[in-house]
Amino acid sequence: MASTSSSLPSASAAPAVARLAAGAPEAETNGIANANADAEAYERANVHSVYEAIAPHFSATRYKPWPAVAQFLNTLPRGSVGLDVGCGNGKYLGVNPGVFMVGSDRSAALVALARDRLKEEGGVLPTGTGVKNAVRDETSDVTNTTATSGSRSSKEGITDVLVADGLSLPFRDGAADFAICIAVIHHMSTRARRQDAIRQLLKCVTAGEAGKAAGKVMVMVWALEQGSSRRGWDEGGEQDLLVPWVLKTPQQKQPRQPKQSRKQKKGAAAQHGQEGSDAVVVAHHANKSGEPPVPGPVPGPAQDQDQQEPAAPATDAGGGVSHTDPVFQRYYHLYRKGELEEDVLAAGGLVLESGYEKDNWWTVATNNGPTLSEEQ
Amino acid sequence: MKVLTLNFLTCAVKTCKSSADSFPLHPKDAELAHDDIEINPELLANVLPRIDWTALRTTSTELGFPELPAQPPTVEELEADEALLKELHSLLLETQMMEGKLVCGCCGHEYAVREGIANFLLPSHLV
Ligand SMILES: [Zn+2]
Repeated sequence: MASTSSSLPSASAAPAVARLAAGAPEAETNGIANANADAEAYERANVHSVYEAIAPHFSATRYKPWPAVAQFLNTLPRGSVGLDVGCGNGKYLGVNPGVFMVGSDRSAALVALARDRLKEEGGVLPTGTGVKNAVRDETSDVTNTTATSGSRSSKEGITDVLVADGLSLPFRDGAADFAICIAVIHHMSTRARRQDAIRQLLKCVTAGEAGKAAGKVMVMVWALEQGSSRRGWDEGGEQDLLVPWVLKTPQQKQPRQPKQSRKQKKGAAAQHGQEGSDAVVVAHHANKSGEPPVPGPVPGPAQDQDQQEPAAPATDAGGGVSHTDPVFQRYYHLYRKGELEEDVLAAGGLVLESGYEKDNWWTVATNNGPTLSEEQ
Repeated sequence: MKVLTLNFLTCAVKTCKSSADSFPLHPKDAELAHDDIEINPELLANVLPRIDWTALRTTSTELGFPELPAQPPTVEELEADEALLKELHSLLLETQMMEGKLVCGCCGHEYAVREGIANFLLPSHLV
């Protein structure tokens, strides 16, 4: 099908770093509706527009499924129907070839990437170094993979993608046997919205009624407790942060300054993006005056180049940070131990299983039937 | 967007979800394309019980395909009937809606489908 071009935003249309236009979501407002609208506007500026701008770059560093998620997917019965809410570049959609999965994401740019890559790879995303030049560049070989033509292998699963908001999902109630939501809910800026997101996920899966197996929802979020990482975040710390994404532009043949090369990885991944570099941390919820959050200094040694976020275990996204590389700030709520389970319960779900995997909390929950009807 | 996917979708507006009119969404000005995908009878048979057959019949008719039988085949019937397998495979998995709109029968909102991707983001007054 001739649908190769995607509508990615041009670099010039990217929002500026300091575009923290909307007020802090939990600031005092005139009511719930206003607070929600504020939170929405805040997330638009500090999450959605950032992903639109960094989509190709972000996607290039996101290809390894988290083991806990892969394991969850691989234990599902054949023929299960599932959703991946916040699917990003679609890296989980092809993990289990025996199921039918529909991915959705708020970012049209990421969904277009997911569609193109799934099509090209025949349902299987490239592993390792498949994508080289992350930054959009007409002259670069954005992927070095070859599109397959003709009939695709029967070993693939069936996948599809669409654009949707996690709080207004277009899936009919009980439509799916399972849903996953990986590295998404921590981008929602109020607890009510995070719980509502979980409630929407639970509604999408089959309720545990007589004769019917209850659908399962797996949620994974970034943990506050990251004692083993070098980000400097741990128990008791600030949970609401702005985390930078450094958009690496292709390295020009210009002399590097010693300061840049100090942390430079050996060549290979120099054009990948990564985040956490010079991690600017913002505690916007400490601010109750309704003012936009203001970047503050980094508490702790968060200066390494190997930082990952939940969606990217073990990618090697090194590379020096140039002063000209644009930096985008994304809002995160870091979950403390036990908080995810609390949110699942508040949403009316039943926690089946929980765990921690390298800087992330995850939980598998079911739709507990009647309790879900208490929707706000 | 595959016809199979359409079988799991409804209107994104919360107040529409409880209305029977919001499912299935109605294709409008649909431009279809055909993907060649190798048939996988096992997967098709496994997914069959998850399909809302009545909605699929509606969708199929609205897209201009021949009318489907009133009752869904059983898994055994499907596996034994190669012609039916092929027909369902072609309709559910190989047929793609590339352009057009999906219309909610409850609120009338039209969701755009472009380059095979449906967009369910709502204008702020409908959220
Ligand atoms: Zn509607």
